[in-house]
Amino acid sequence: MKHYEVEILDAKTREKLCFLDKVEPQATIAEIKNLFTKTHPQWYPARQSLRLEPKGRSLKDEDVLQSLPVGTTATFYFRDLGAQISWVTVFLTEYAGPLLIYLLFYFRVPFLYGPRYDFTASRHAVVHLACACHSFHYIKRLLETLFVHRFSHGTMPLRNIFKNCTYYWGFAAWMAYYINHPLYTPPAYGDEQVKLALAVFLFCQLGNFSIHVALRNLRPAGSKTRKIPYPTRNPFTWLFLLVSCPNYTYEVGSWIGFTIMTQCLPVALFSLVGFVQMAIWAQGKHRSYLREFRDYPPLRSPIVPFLL
Amino acid sequence: MASSEEDGSGNGSVEEKENGKKRSLGALATAWLIFYNIAMTAGWLVLGIAMARFYIQRGTHRGLFRSVQKILKFFQTFALLEVVHCAVGIVHTSVLVTGVQVSSRIFMVWFIAHSIKQIQNEESVILFLVVWTVTEITRYSFYTFNLLNHLPYFIKWARYNFFIILYPAGVAGELLTIYAALPYVKKTGMYSLRLPNKYNVSFDYYYFLIIVMFSYIPLFPQLYLHMLRQRRKVLHGEVIVEKDD
Repeated sequence: MKHYEVEILDAKTREKLCFLDKVEPQATIAEIKNLFTKTHPQWYPARQSLRLEPKGRSLKDEDVLQSLPVGTTATFYFRDLGAQISWVTVFLTEYAGPLLIYLLFYFRVPFLYGPRYDFTASRHAVVHLACACHSFHYIKRLLETLFVHRFSHGTMPLRNIFKNCTYYWGFAAWMAYYINHPLYTPPAYGDEQVKLALAVFLFCQLGNFSIHVALRNLRPAGSKTRKIPYPTRNPFTWLFLLVSCPNYTYEVGSWIGFTIMTQCLPVALFSLVGFVQMAIWAQGKHRSYLREFRDYPPLRSPIVPFLL
Repeated sequence: MASSEEDGSGNGSVEEKENGKKRSLGALATAWLIFYNIAMTAGWLVLGIAMARFYIQRGTHRGLFRSVQKILKFFQTFALLEVVHCAVGIVHTSVLVTGVQVSSRIFMVWFIAHSIKQIQNEESVILFLVVWTVTEITRYSFYTFNLLNHLPYFIKWARYNFFIILYPAGVAGELLTIYAALPYVKKTGMYSLRLPNKYNVSFDYYYFLIIVMFSYIPLFPQLYLHMLRQRRKVLHGEVIVEKDD
């Protein structure tokens, strides 16, 4: 069995960083990354990007050395992706924040409103309902992160946690401040409006959860396979007939429901910003599906049936 | 940061992109841009002359803003077109950067100087008006000559050196003006929305202005350093290695 030699060069300076000899042909990129970490411990595998060209695409961890277009001396270019943090950690932090922050405002903890309101309760039923819905939403997200989602990537750049937490925590504080404010004005159409909004919210929460479960079941544990998602027996998943990312569709729907329930402009703005971001993600995912699968259903649009 | 310095490409009928590739614009786009830049150069020249005449004749800056405000408002507001130029692609600068710069000028003119009449006679207003006038005359004549492919070196020199003094001076003028406006904003509660209201939102223009002032702290150094880098590239042909993201 012929062994390979692997040299790893810095993609920017072309400096030789590492030379590995007697590498097995069936070695994966993941194994090579582990070997590289031995000589450069500060660059743990998650922050290594190895490519065949200095500005080329990153090689995947599962790629096998002998299946790559390299000679018996393989040259890889290394780029440092920066400090990494696990997706699970980011999700748990960014979701725990809104859950707790909203409750601080709900219970009117001191220094948020005037002292005469400390630890008082709102007299509007909708305010209590809104707290229940908002808390339910984020508890659901935390549980899904722990038990439902199967992540393709282990890590993301560390700076994302600051960016993401600012977004989630900031908006949560801004919304919670007004909804739980002593001078909060309940919805103009009263109970009718709240009931409709609650129905929309619950429907979309169930829908969103159904999609998450369907996506989980597409992929065996520990694998990173990608398949076209299809409707299952669960009626909430029938939205897959019209849309590539129904989880995002349902998510926007939930927030529209919450906006109608609270009749609060900051909530509307949060829904709008979220929609824009999710539409961008959905377009990207939709294009990935089209590129990867020749037989992708043509009727589907990324996030809004027929429109977007 | 109401300076309107942009990145090196700016306007041009045949443009140098940062990697050396040239592009050419259609004849109509070129003609329009030449007209636009000549008009803006003229407008800011007229404004500058009007300000000088006022000061020479009256010996004071009191009442100067009122006397030139129509010209200022017209030409500064017209600059909104520059965002359209970027969006349409006849000017190769980021829509976002141009949008931010033009917006900050519009903000100073309409939401500070125009709306808060009590500060119109502040010295800081004259400071930023003078800075803006010199900057814009330099900038628009630079674009005009560039489009006509006859750029005198002294204009290029001015464009990439004046900002070193003018930019901080302009920032000082703007910040001092906003600061002077604060007491009047607080007293009148202008542009503010209080609770309770049916949208369950509130907005306090006073605190908004304070946040705007603080935002100069991260933004100003970034823009200033960007322009210093552009200057090194254009005037000294240095190759700048950008930090990888």
